[in-house]
Amino acid sequence: MSEPGTAAAGGRAASAPLLGNMAEPTIFELSQPGRSSWQLRTTGIPEWSVEELVPAEHRRSDPVPLAEVSERDLVGHFTRLSHRQFSVDLGAYPLGSCTMKYNPKTCDTVAGLPGLSNVHPGAPAALTQGWLELLVDLEEMLCEITGMAAATLQPAAGAAGELTGLLLMRAWHDAQGEQRRRVVIPDSAHGTNPASVTLGGYEVTTVPSDERGCVDMAALRSVLDTDVAGIMLTNPNTLGLFEEDIVPIAEAVHEVGGLLYYDGANLNAILGVVRPGDMGFDIVHMNLHKTFATPHGGGGPGAGPVAVSPRLVDFLPGPRPVRIAGGATSGAGPADPGVRATADPESGTGDLRFGWSVPPHSVGRVHSWHGNALVLARALAYITVHGGDGLRRVAERAVLNANWVRTRLSGVYDVPFDRTCMHEVVLAASTLRKQHGLRALDVAKRLLEEGFHSPTVYFPLVVDEALMIEPTETESLQTLEALADALERIAAGAAVDDSFKAAPRTTPVRRVDEARAARTLVPTFDARG
Amino acid sequence: MGDYLPHTEAEIASMLGFIGLDSLDELFAAVPEALRISGGLALADGVPEPDVLDRVQRLAEANIARSDRLVCFAGGGAYDHEVPPVVKALAGRSEFVTSYTPYQPEVAQGVLQAVFEYQTMVARLAGLPVANASLYDGASALVEGVNLGVGVTGREGVWLSAGVHPHWRAVLATFAAGTGHQVEVVPLVDGRTAWPPLTGGSGAEVDRPGVVVVGYPNYLGCIEDLAEVRRLCDALGAVMVVVADPVSAGILRSPGEQGADVVVGEGQAFGTPLGFGGPYLGLFACTLEHVRRLPGRLVGETVDSEGTRAYVTTLRAREQDIRREKATSNVCTNQTLMAVTAAVQLGWLGTSGLAEVALRSARGTRYCREALAGVDGVTPLTAATPVVREFAVLTPTPARTVVRRLAEDGFLAGLALADLVGEGGDGSVGPEQAEHGLLVAVTERRTAAEIDAFVAALDKAVRS
Repeated sequence: MSEPGTAAAGGRAASAPLLGNMAEPTIFELSQPGRSSWQLRTTGIPEWSVEELVPAEHRRSDPVPLAEVSERDLVGHFTRLSHRQFSVDLGAYPLGSCTMKYNPKTCDTVAGLPGLSNVHPGAPAALTQGWLELLVDLEEMLCEITGMAAATLQPAAGAAGELTGLLLMRAWHDAQGEQRRRVVIPDSAHGTNPASVTLGGYEVTTVPSDERGCVDMAALRSVLDTDVAGIMLTNPNTLGLFEEDIVPIAEAVHEVGGLLYYDGANLNAILGVVRPGDMGFDIVHMNLHKTFATPHGGGGPGAGPVAVSPRLVDFLPGPRPVRIAGGATSGAGPADPGVRATADPESGTGDLRFGWSVPPHSVGRVHSWHGNALVLARALAYITVHGGDGLRRVAERAVLNANWVRTRLSGVYDVPFDRTCMHEVVLAASTLRKQHGLRALDVAKRLLEEGFHSPTVYFPLVVDEALMIEPTETESLQTLEALADALERIAAGAAVDDSFKAAPRTTPVRRVDEARAARTLVPTFDARG
Repeated sequence: MGDYLPHTEAEIASMLGFIGLDSLDELFAAVPEALRISGGLALADGVPEPDVLDRVQRLAEANIARSDRLVCFAGGGAYDHEVPPVVKALAGRSEFVTSYTPYQPEVAQGVLQAVFEYQTMVARLAGLPVANASLYDGASALVEGVNLGVGVTGREGVWLSAGVHPHWRAVLATFAAGTGHQVEVVPLVDGRTAWPPLTGGSGAEVDRPGVVVVGYPNYLGCIEDLAEVRRLCDALGAVMVVVADPVSAGILRSPGEQGADVVVGEGQAFGTPLGFGGPYLGLFACTLEHVRRLPGRLVGETVDSEGTRAYVTTLRAREQDIRREKATSNVCTNQTLMAVTAAVQLGWLGTSGLAEVALRSARGTRYCREALAGVDGVTPLTAATPVVREFAVLTPTPARTVVRRLAEDGFLAGLALADLVGEGGDGSVGPEQAEHGLLVAVTERRTAAEIDAFVAALDKAVRS
């Protein structure tokens, strides 16, 4: 094993210049009246005036004021903005719960293939067979990975998947002639869970975590009755711990007629090891932008497919891409009785292999079209490169990395639940805060100076001064060593002086005044005083 | 065999030793034995990247409806607009592509400022003072707009014009099952919404909707009378939500100027490829009065500890990670990269470029509409005259047949209305119109030569 600090770490970004301390002007300030960069195709169409085309009562009197810049100014501006932005490509991003792994460039190439990116979503199935095959293939892979029967690929992100899952829950109970009112979630859950529950028309019942950081079984049993539509669980949970009682939990929930919803935010930990379906879950959403490496784009796009157990398949959103049994066109395939005509009877599409199907009791459409298709294509490529064997290695290395960090920093930071964790470890700065005033927020800001992105802080809510670290599997031992060294330096430095309060000092801007932003709202350039 | 894992065997051994474990399997000791997968996933083993690219390329080649192979006259919320190399290059920068949500603003000023500029541009297009940092797509923006309106008025009733895109109406209906909103679709007559008369009958109070939604232009390309909708909303005490086409904003009066409380829309037209329907961009703007009910993220300007201008996500107390079950929305991950892309594209177009795109689309629309009117048996679907870049015609042969036949001649002729509204029609068109209705879109990229050839091919297709 290499000595800490002896090998250069590929994931440390402390060498990045992130040039300059001046603010970048907005594009509106770069604007000069009369300047432009657009060039549009020569069309040969008569040049009717706007007065000849748009009735006066609907016509805009002045153009929408946008910026007026040259192409060179445009490139300079957005390139400089990009230099003021941390990214996975720049360095390690151990942001807990977010699975910021390296995004393979091959997947960018896939998403950029003209045969995928130039396809209109409303074109008939006969003209989009490649896309349909891709989506069907991906659905089958995701079902195998999660141990479920079928999936919808429409939800655009995790929270959209959650709400879709809750609507599936509602539709299922409706079909049983039952009106249930409550959904149970643990106190360690992501905020999207309770927000989705409300939008699904349910009330939230919160159950506490026990001293081991898992769902308190006795508390759970005490809230379970026939008014409970289901439970939403993340497993491993947001403390990075596997819910060891998952089988008794599933039995208890099923016993009262409830359904189990799996929040797939932490699926990366268990790929190829254990499947939600085998744990007893009925509904599973996945975050392809986390687990399957599709890049997060500064906050999106993601993709949040939802997979379900056999009894819920008929309720899935539609239309769904499906294989057509025996190449039949419409309405006929025994495997998919719901396959509808995608072209008229005389269209000669009898040899179509893929089509669209609306499940008989579908909850309906949840996306304008078919979901974030180009994100789905990236995920398919990622899964295919790894294969079943590679996905298992992903989970192993992710868990190995998290446990190495836990072991290394135990004794430096608090480890509220100090046992083998999964893909992430929740540390805490509570002792350091008491001794030296070093808060989790200060650790986060100091770590930026060390060339690393911060961990997730103050989450989960059940841990005081939480620092949630998810190294992911794509960071090397050398990077983990450099990260741990940095976190040790931060803790040791706090014992010497309180200069941490001034951090970060090497970033494009210093500590940002969030209170002022809320107090004096400036949501647009036009709102500036 | 392929992966992106850095660990050497020696490192794995030393790391396990450091942790105090003997094997990788022991990392999963907390997982009950009976649950563990024996024998691995039933997926093929990994394959090298070049093989994967070959395979995906084969799938891509199986798609015929590509805008680089078939000249695209299809729209319906997904448009073949110009995306110049400069926009692809800037929006494709890995700093924008591979960053997370800007939770640490000191190292996320790039995305935050780009989104601030995007919010400014969207607000100007909408004619409203505030826009959020994006939602998933047009449909989800509509759902959030209706949720906001119901929250403001406390009334669950929604009058939804049938001129709103059929898929978006379907999405709204899906989510209404959870929220309990009572959505009533108001039909179109001759291409424009036929709002119920405002006679103050008895019991009218009970049925007063909290929200009124209208398309501008509607999905058949017709321009609705927003002044009438504003008067309706004033009389009803309802929130006015306008589903607006942001490209048309280049030549049409803004919805905000005409009294809209909330403007939502689909922003794909600004730099995002057709991409088989996603990822796209949900646009959302509203009045300042409603800013504390705004769904999703909002970037605001502030300063850092030295007084330097800086940006940060703000009014965070609305959001799900703080407010949990009382949040204004459950949205977390949004479509930031598409918002940044839109900011770049709108920066490239600028004031004159956006107006030019809208004007050229309107010119092409008129040229194509008039040429199609000359085809024997082809008639306009609506009495109202569509203007900007989309219109519907009735074809003598079923529209699905027309689309199929024209694909053989090199055109994606448009969208068969039956594929959008179902064979039975809906509140926007009847069954006969659904079967024979073809929705045609003309963007600034379409040339006179392409349109002439398209019309000639359609003429042949409907006669054979």
